[in-house]
Amino acid sequence: MIEAHGLTKRYGDVQALDGLSFDVAPGTIFGLLGPNGAGKSTAVKVLTTLARPDGGDARVAGFDVRTEAARVRRAIGVVAQRSGVDVELTGRENVILQGRLQGMRGNDLARRADALLAQLGLGDSARRIARGYSGGMQRRLDIAMGLVHRPKALFLDEPTTGLDPEVRAAMWTEISRLTEQEGLTILLTTHYLEEADKLASALAIVDRGRVVARGAPDELKAALEGDALHVELGDAAVNGAIVSALASVGGLREIHVDGRSLRARADDGARTVPAVLAALDSHSIGVASVTVARPSLDDVYLRFAGRSFAAAEAATPPKEPVR
Amino acid sequence: MTAVADTLALTVRDLLRALRQPWFIAVVLVQPVIWLLLFGALFGSVTQIPGFEGGEYKQYLVPGVLVMTAFFSSGWSGMPTIDDIDRGVVDRLLVTPVKRMPLIAGRVVPNLIQLVVQSLVIVAMALAIGVRFEGGVVGVAVLVLAAGLLGTGFAALSNGLALITRQEETLIGAVMFLQLPLTFLSTAFMQPALMPGWIATVATYNPVDWAIRAGREALSASPDWAAVAGRCGLLCGFALACLLLATRAFRAYQAQV
Repeated sequence: MIEAHGLTKRYGDVQALDGLSFDVAPGTIFGLLGPNGAGKSTAVKVLTTLARPDGGDARVAGFDVRTEAARVRRAIGVVAQRSGVDVELTGRENVILQGRLQGMRGNDLARRADALLAQLGLGDSARRIARGYSGGMQRRLDIAMGLVHRPKALFLDEPTTGLDPEVRAAMWTEISRLTEQEGLTILLTTHYLEEADKLASALAIVDRGRVVARGAPDELKAALEGDALHVELGDAAVNGAIVSALASVGGLREIHVDGRSLRARADDGARTVPAVLAALDSHSIGVASVTVARPSLDDVYLRFAGRSFAAAEAATPPKEPVR
Repeated sequence: MTAVADTLALTVRDLLRALRQPWFIAVVLVQPVIWLLLFGALFGSVTQIPGFEGGEYKQYLVPGVLVMTAFFSSGWSGMPTIDDIDRGVVDRLLVTPVKRMPLIAGRVVPNLIQLVVQSLVIVAMALAIGVRFEGGVVGVAVLVLAAGLLGTGFAALSNGLALITRQEETLIGAVMFLQLPLTFLSTAFMQPALMPGWIATVATYNPVDWAIRAGREALSASPDWAAVAGRCGLLCGFALACLLLATRAFRAYQAQV
């Protein structure tokens, strides 16, 4: 349904896309997971025909995004990172306008708009000016606008960024329900690991404009054998000192140190902890806390991108508002 | 047909927005009246300058004020587009099947509706203060048509500039930079024979002046229709060029998205 092949795009001296490739099977939710600045939004802009790629090619619903942009636009719904709601209009007027521009008319449009608004919990506020909507309501209105013309593929670019945790959880339920009901193909971008884990049946992990890993969330996690060991150190320690301290501990791999945070992988987490603590203690390295966990997507990211998600996020300069 | 339907849908959107701003409507209706009364009083004694042809100044002034009002309003047509850019509305519209021309026309047509309403207010006010329209209904219609062509051009230009600059401050600066000079480098307030030669020359290249002269000629007792048609032709060309420029501005916009 959505195919990207070797997409490249450069903004000034930032290589936003650097040979991005992936495939999305019809009727599935596909997650593009990566930290801010990884190129996810640029990928969405290219696939939705808003921006032109410098190189590579892409097809959506069977149409080339460059040469058949008009057909692509008819087949897709887009919920961009920035809302796109006209806040001077009511929720219903927004949906109706969007439907008209997608070529819908009359009763079909009115019925569809009302049904969607009711489904997304906006039935009672549909005739209120959207300026008064909460963040979560505006997001749900965005989704109603993206779905009004019954698209084949829906693009959700960071749909829950900036929402409260409870609202976010409600949105996840909403999104899964809609996929089932409408038989949609969804491309979801997110920098919330939990979101990708919960919603996507397949995902690609993106770092610096490239896909560094792909597969189902469980497959990706299973590929990492053993438990994740996370030690919070008392003080920032020298990387070399830690590696040499832990060299003697058996069954410990993939040791990463970032400031006061030490991550490693262990065949048997529970057994390894005492040995790790003893080794650190013998080198006078203080420990604040230790956790052992089954592999998470964060660990997957660390493994394939070579840096932790939080570090990648911190390394990205804050995005300037597009003006 | 789709293009017309899309333009209509976008026009309805802008009208709904406008109707929810009663103060905006009040200003739109009152401002042209103020221009007419203010300039009429301020420049009233121009008629006493030797060489001024015709009778009362208010008679001379009406086409000038009407075209100036159209020109001023149209210049600001790009402002809501900047707001749309900031809120992500432009990006949303660009990934619908709507063509670029209706996206511009969706701002130009609401502006034209405002322009016609303002014109009717001016004409009504003029009649109330005793102005006689010798050209009759046809003359008034041609005047409004000329103002509409001018307004189409400048509204499109304003939207094109909005898409290219994306900044309120820049657009405001550009509009202010053009408004007063282009208004005063025309025959809006002063007859050409009384102007310094260079201003009279510059005025002949000024679209604002084309609209004023076309309207004033059509309103006279025995219009020179060839001259009216010539100026309206120039205005058509101007409006078309600005519309094309504005639709091309989407390319510049999308290159930076």
